[in-house]
Amino acid sequence: MTVKQIITGLLLASWVCLVQAGIYAFEFDDPKKEARFKHLSEELRCLVCQNQTLADSGAGLAMDLRKELYRMVNENASDEEIKNFMVSRYGDFVLYNPPIKTSTYLLWFGPFVLVVLGLFMLVRMVRKVGQQSTQTLSAEDHKRVQDLLADKEEK
Amino acid sequence: MANSKIKPFIPLIIFAVMAIFLGIGLTLNPREVPSPLINKPSPQFSLPQLHAPTKTLGTADFVGKVSLFNVWASWCAACRQEHPFLMELAKLNIVPIYGLNYKDKREDAKRWLIQYGGDPYVASAFDLDGRVGIDWGVYGVPETFVLDKKGTIRYKHIGPLDYKSWQETVLPIVQQLQAES
Repeated sequence: MTVKQIITGLLLASWVCLVQAGIYAFEFDDPKKEARFKHLSEELRCLVCQNQTLADSGAGLAMDLRKELYRMVNENASDEEIKNFMVSRYGDFVLYNPPIKTSTYLLWFGPFVLVVLGLFMLVRMVRKVGQQSTQTLSAEDHKRVQDLLADKEEK
Repeated sequence: MANSKIKPFIPLIIFAVMAIFLGIGLTLNPREVPSPLINKPSPQFSLPQLHAPTKTLGTADFVGKVSLFNVWASWCAACRQEHPFLMELAKLNIVPIYGLNYKDKREDAKRWLIQYGGDPYVASAFDLDGRVGIDWGVYGVPETFVLDKKGTIRYKHIGPLDYKSWQETVLPIVQQLQAES
């Protein structure tokens, strides 16, 4: 078991190294460009393994797109231009932060609506409980309770 | 009060609504990302042909008729599954099929076609580095684009084309486009 775990760990570690090597195989003359490249490759999604960024993914397409990204960063394309390049080919899905527009309102604002709704319900429930605890029994009800209790004791 | 009658059913209603949404979610294929290229002119390219490297295949070849543009590769397992159907389709002469041989080796691609029963394509463009594939938004081979007579992309099928998807979706689109002037 432990040997197996060690081997798995080593394999995973070497895999991580390989992936890292994949990212940093690009050389930049300017650290600013490198920072932009890193930043952008973490904001773009790999369409092959959909829960990975371009930076993380080992897929062939991600490598090709990193090359394109490298070329564009070196040509001093703006972030806007680079994102447009990706979106015009692969759609909004390629962006990890989807743009705010009519079709994404639910995605962006839905959680806040749910929080407000939850708070509203919570306040209502708390108030109701509060009201119940302060209610006092009418004289009539009090008598009924006493009668019932007395009844029970007799049995 | 009507309110108290409904109240016990509220959890059930919430559950039903969630079940419906999740149920719809299950029927969707997350791999099918809608292409922003639909109703856009096909991205410009001109590449050497697979079988005749001195000749080219490009955007200009798509003008004047409805055509299919199928992205394939010898390393793609799903293409092998799709290939017999494409062979049948080519025999029917309904619509010309052009190929984009994506990130492949020329010899492998040629051998693959011979090994799996023939070449269904009028011609295949040879996209060695996958750069044309990027312009076409290719992310999972096989993919099939339906182009109208002006060379505009009108539909994209992701994954292997088969008899069912052809009859139900692609053929009606092809026929409709062929009827357009």
